[in-house]
Amino acid sequence: MSFQISIGGFIAVYIFMVTAFAGWVIIGRVPAILHTPLMSGSNFVHGIVVVGGIFTLLNASTPLEQAIGFVAVLLGAGNVAGGFAVTQRMLAMFQSSGHAGHGTKHPKHAKRAAPSAVKSISPKKP
Amino acid sequence: MLITISQLIIGSVDLIAAFLLMFGLWRMASPVTAPSGILVAGVGMLAAVVASFLYIFTVDAAAKPHLPLNIGLAAAALIIGAGVAWWSGRRVAITAMPQAVALFNGMGGGAAGAIAAVELFGRQTHGATQLIVTLLGALIGSISLSGSIIAWAKLDSLLKKPLHVPGLQIFNGVVLLTCVSIGAYVVFAAAGGGASLVAMPHLIEIFFAIALLYGILMTLPIGGADMPVVISVYNAFTGLAVGLEGFVLQNPALMIAGMLVGAAGLLLTLLMAKAMNRSVAKILFASFGPAKKRRQGAIKGSLKPVQASDAGIFMRYAKSVIIVPGYGLAVSQGQGKLYDFVKLLQAAGVKVKFAIHPVAGRMPGQMDVLLAEAGVPYDLIVQLADVNEDFKDADVALVIGANDVVNPEARTDKTSPIYGMPILNADQAKKCYVVKRGDGKGYAGIVNPLFYAANTFMVYGDAAAVCVSMSEAVRGLGAPAAAA
Repeated sequence: MSFQISIGGFIAVYIFMVTAFAGWVIIGRVPAILHTPLMSGSNFVHGIVVVGGIFTLLNASTPLEQAIGFVAVLLGAGNVAGGFAVTQRMLAMFQSSGHAGHGTKHPKHAKRAAPSAVKSISPKKP
Repeated sequence: MLITISQLIIGSVDLIAAFLLMFGLWRMASPVTAPSGILVAGVGMLAAVVASFLYIFTVDAAAKPHLPLNIGLAAAALIIGAGVAWWSGRRVAITAMPQAVALFNGMGGGAAGAIAAVELFGRQTHGATQLIVTLLGALIGSISLSGSIIAWAKLDSLLKKPLHVPGLQIFNGVVLLTCVSIGAYVVFAAAGGGASLVAMPHLIEIFFAIALLYGILMTLPIGGADMPVVISVYNAFTGLAVGLEGFVLQNPALMIAGMLVGAAGLLLTLLMAKAMNRSVAKILFASFGPAKKRRQGAIKGSLKPVQASDAGIFMRYAKSVIIVPGYGLAVSQGQGKLYDFVKLLQAAGVKVKFAIHPVAGRMPGQMDVLLAEAGVPYDLIVQLADVNEDFKDADVALVIGANDVVNPEARTDKTSPIYGMPILNADQAKKCYVVKRGDGKGYAGIVNPLFYAANTFMVYGDAAAVCVSMSEAVRGLGAPAAAA
């Protein structure tokens, strides 16, 4: 029994077609207010290229291959980690009115919503 | 046996990872679920990366002797790459987000290009289809890498002016054609003569060099305000390159994730282009150039300057205010100060909304993120389609650092370069205040008749400073009266 994956040209086209369609539907649902996190989030998703980089580097058998493979993993890892860090940070900032003023996890914002600004004005709750 | 088990585990984990990545993006449909979405996707990604080390047990004979070194290299690259990017991703200012995204995106394109390079320089190819796909991925990935770096430099203001050289577009076309021709020659030579690719490394080197050059040349002429489209395009490019290399490596998780992003990038690109009223091809291949001399109809009315304090006090006694923030607000870092002013208005019983144009900022949705950073709750932030009807009922439209997106010419003047562009109907509000640094024109280089309208008043000054003066004026009125 073998679990080696083998994808022929035609199957690949099928996969691409279905995925592109799914991607279109999934992304179409995202409201415009989240387009920046969406972009950096999808940026993070294609960081999975690092898996391909690791595969390539592990199979490298010449110094040239090792060098380029190293670059592939380095860049891919940067893509993944940077994409995640940035997206997660941005999404943590989105707060609804109910939560406004309670501060976010973002230290910069916590500083800005200092007591003076928040307490002197009692926000009107509907 | 070990090989089989490894393959089974890798296959299963990648399958789960592919699902989690899709599910993570699915949860981005609302600001409520989005934060958990990125965590879900992160778990999938982490699992896939950890599982990929099981490839150790499946390496071919030629690579076996190098395995210990390769493992060390892989671990080092992972730690260094992820460490540096994580550190900078945590630190980067929210205003610098477009640059960061461009840079991380370029890294992904570079990784895909590097994988293709290893395939092309080293191994025997598995046939014409594989070779074509590899080359295509290499081309797209390389363009994405060098193009993203140029985009990053532009967004970071390292490169200030778009490059305008007559005939550059034709030259670029020739460059791209050369690159494709080399690729085609490589395919035919490999298929016809059965020659190993190792026999023509120089051609491959030239191929990569030209692809990288094309990415640079393609991005140089594009101006700052067109960056939302450029970033979206390169995001789609990197996704596509990753998907194609996924096919070469026979890894369906890469194919799915890559294509998903390809579709996402394409959709966002089209949305942005539509919001700018220009075709994607025009933005990418025909820059604005020096503003064309166009006779603009005589504009009636005059510019009526008022003091920031007067504007602030007027809004304090209005019933409803719609704020139209533009890139100028971000430039002056006035988001927090603007929200301070908004809180004062809200405390006085004024209904306040933020109206966002899709291309406000340097990447899709950037203004939303900047407001969120300043603490503005997302339910106060309304998008163009949902808010435009409300302007005619609003007492005041406060346009702050925006210009072309509120130019009523887009609705009325067929000769205007922005005719047909969806705009925010700030001119329909009962009164309109425009905060601006001077009488300058917007990015499209045209005069905005809104500024001359009878009910429009200009507040000159830096956006942040104006917000502070408005707040001071309202505070000077004393404690906010209890809301009626």
